[in-house]
Amino acid sequence: MKAAVITFPGSNCDRDLAVAFAAAGADVARVWHKDTALPAGTDVVGIPGGFSFGDYLRCGAIAARAPIMAAVAAHAARGGFVIGICNGFQVLTEAGLLPGALMRNAGLRFVCKPVDLIVTGQSAFTDGWAQGARIRLPIAHHDGNYQAAPETLARLEGEGRVALRYAQNPNGAARDIAGVLSENRRVLGLMPHPERAIEAAQGGSDGAALFAALMGATAPA
Amino acid sequence: MNEPAINPEIVAAHGLKPDEYERILAILGRTPSFTELGIFSAMWNEHCSYKSSKKWLRTLPTTGPQVICGPGENAGVVDIGEGLAVVFKMESHNHPSYIEPHQGAATGVGGILRDVFTMGARPVAAMNALSFGAPDHPRTAHLVKGVVEGIGGYGNAFGVPTVAGEVRFHPAYNGNCLVNAFAAGIARADAIFYSAASGVGMPVVYLGAKTGRDGVGGATMASAEFDDTIEEKRPTVQVGDPFTEKRLLEACLELMASGAVISIQDMGAAGLTCSAVEMGDKGGLGIRLDLDRVPVRETGMTAYEMMLSESQERMLMTLRPEKEAEARAIFAKWDLDFALIGETIAEDRFLILRGNEVKADLPLSKLASSAPEYDRPWTLPPPPPPLPELPAIGAIAALRALIGSPSHACKAWVWEQYDSMVMGDTVRAPGLGAGVVRVHGTARALAFTADVTPRYVKADPVEGGRQAVAEAWRNLVAVGARPLAATDNLNFGNPEKPEIMGQFVGAIRGIGEACRALDFPIVSGNVSLYNETDGRAILPTPSIGGVGLIEDLSGMIAGLPEAGDVAIVIGATTGHLGQSALMAEAFGIEAGPPPPVDLAAERRHGAFVLARRALIRAAADLSDGGLALAAFEMAEAAGIGVALEAGDIATLFGEDQARYLLAVRAGDAAALMAAAAADGVPATIAGRFGGADLRLGAEAAPLADLSALYRGAFEAAIG
Repeated sequence: MKAAVITFPGSNCDRDLAVAFAAAGADVARVWHKDTALPAGTDVVGIPGGFSFGDYLRCGAIAARAPIMAAVAAHAARGGFVIGICNGFQVLTEAGLLPGALMRNAGLRFVCKPVDLIVTGQSAFTDGWAQGARIRLPIAHHDGNYQAAPETLARLEGEGRVALRYAQNPNGAARDIAGVLSENRRVLGLMPHPERAIEAAQGGSDGAALFAALMGATAPA
Repeated sequence: MNEPAINPEIVAAHGLKPDEYERILAILGRTPSFTELGIFSAMWNEHCSYKSSKKWLRTLPTTGPQVICGPGENAGVVDIGEGLAVVFKMESHNHPSYIEPHQGAATGVGGILRDVFTMGARPVAAMNALSFGAPDHPRTAHLVKGVVEGIGGYGNAFGVPTVAGEVRFHPAYNGNCLVNAFAAGIARADAIFYSAASGVGMPVVYLGAKTGRDGVGGATMASAEFDDTIEEKRPTVQVGDPFTEKRLLEACLELMASGAVISIQDMGAAGLTCSAVEMGDKGGLGIRLDLDRVPVRETGMTAYEMMLSESQERMLMTLRPEKEAEARAIFAKWDLDFALIGETIAEDRFLILRGNEVKADLPLSKLASSAPEYDRPWTLPPPPPPLPELPAIGAIAALRALIGSPSHACKAWVWEQYDSMVMGDTVRAPGLGAGVVRVHGTARALAFTADVTPRYVKADPVEGGRQAVAEAWRNLVAVGARPLAATDNLNFGNPEKPEIMGQFVGAIRGIGEACRALDFPIVSGNVSLYNETDGRAILPTPSIGGVGLIEDLSGMIAGLPEAGDVAIVIGATTGHLGQSALMAEAFGIEAGPPPPVDLAAERRHGAFVLARRALIRAAADLSDGGLALAAFEMAEAAGIGVALEAGDIATLFGEDQARYLLAVRAGDAAALMAAAAADGVPATIAGRFGGADLRLGAEAAPLADLSALYRGAFEAAIG
């Protein structure tokens, strides 16, 4: 698997994501936001957590218009895999690659802690976990309150595109949604950080299954 | 623009005493210009010159085989093996945080991070030690919320994990909260960057954010007491921009790797003035600055304002001229300002030009080295009042009094607002003793803790100073780390009062003794004086930030107790209740002497814990709240009960030093007790972990009830 991790000037989980991809066995390229093309043969684009352009206004709004994002959109349109974690999820909604928006947490405070999640969507990202499995991943965000129009939410539910749900809602997200999939299930946005939970020393390794599953999905036939 | 003429009122407004002004006249042989007076006030205020504290700071131990660079640079540097070094410091941002808590705390974090990456280290851990007034004081909740939000807002966006810290409440901080921010970074031991310029005619380059009028005179403000005019001081507080700081970090590290940097210094207190003088003085050179070339974000700024601005996220460096194009390209990549604003010169001059006019022309070395130094009169405080008889209280009620007080309740409300896991190397997050972070790409890890018990320091500054060091040292040992070195952040009241100066002198003596006895040198630090409002001083609060090394992560004492584990106390218990948390929280009594610190016992007991770590599942140091609070915290974190055999209050809540609580697998308990006997270390089987209750002698309560109190008390008081 060839993974490309995008770095915006305020990204701060880009290294962590690259480490997680590499630990799963991927070849990882680091891509600067001012670049206009992805490395040839990229299977998966990773949009990491952080504060892409400071996020003083709408999180991810400036990053969604960075030069590299046209290439990311084209990659997604070709059916390539894209994963956006935390700020990366915000960027994907701002870029229109996923529906909905991430609002300020209902408690109005930044929240960092491990949370329990229920696996509810089938995809190349989530198939390393059993459907309905309860997993534990860290969250760390100020704006993780997922919201969308009622008909969009109904559609996401109907099509099984809610990838992960909070067991206990930490931020006010509609229907406890922690992660959503694109229509073709090849773009995933999620607020929890699987890249921070890939080995036991980090306090849990449930995140490793996501990267392993992607490896499997992108292995040459 | 014409500058005002100097008169006694202007001199006084700059915080300069008449004798200090006389000294300036003697150095110059003429009246200073307004800009020059501002520059002197910036260099000679307490915050920058350490004029009251220098004499005593010199007595601290600062060397050791592990020390690469001690105090005097932006941060201390300590060898951690494999060609790597840890770079760390703790610094206060007390005055600004009281005036404007969010920005004051945020820029405190920003400043300490810059101190670390200025030296070439990537920050990998942050901590903070916070002291607030009484929880029910009208200002306290506002300050707590603002400070915590400010720390989180800056550190989280910058991308450094906050892994430990402390939060306390006491009415003595009603008029002055303390915000002590710590940061540590990792660098290659052979690639540390210093501030001393070298070479004549080298370009002086301005890096980072633009200069505005924010923070003009901030360092002088931070060297004054507060009174009822503090609202007028709000404009002296700077505004933080973590996004710019993050870019500045990345750009500086790239710049350093490119070989372009001769010397580099962050612009902190008194911005351009302090950084330029520091570079020149350390390099034995003069500096010429052309202020017309400084990137500004406001029009019409005077030389005075530019020299004293404390705008954030700025650096000054001297550049290898042949690398200019490469250096410019790096800053362009990160969309940051890069401006040649002057050069090093051979003469001993600090020459400031603005609009073709000389605004300041000062002898640089005298400006740096001739700051007044005071040997202020001091007197050790009288002994505290004797400890009255312990009022009647049950053991569970006593525990409830502690865990229901915001100082001892669970601080999750605070630390969950900090990203403790970014960078993916946090192996022990906040909540239970020292935080631990892996050294990326190695098997090593570093442990971090911040400690002091201000009640002890007030009652007996020398013993309190010793105890602060000993507690930090123990917290490192308790996670299996070998204590390496420490940073001190010394917060006191007005040093012009002999009894306050006596607290300072006594605490330094105690800190020095303990650091020497424990091979735990002080490699960096900061002094914050004048923490008084309307003449009322804070509790003397010398925060000690300790750093320890775990050479292989498999040697970390982590983890939580499990049901069936035996609770063993290392160290002797006499039941010392003087100045204890229990007496203070349950009865409002702060009396008696603090617990004596036996440094030889500290060393012996710590060595025992490290040597026997394979037999230990979990450990905690015993400090505030004694055995009962430590056992509760350990059990609560593991979600299991604990039964302690002792039922008497003094044994359960006494704060005797040099003690650890260990959780030991039942099958290992005999071996551990035998080892302790063989090593001559006092060890007592105190009880057993397990069950659903917390049992103290004959009394018991469901853990779930206590846990609810412990987890809810902080937010109930502050939220």
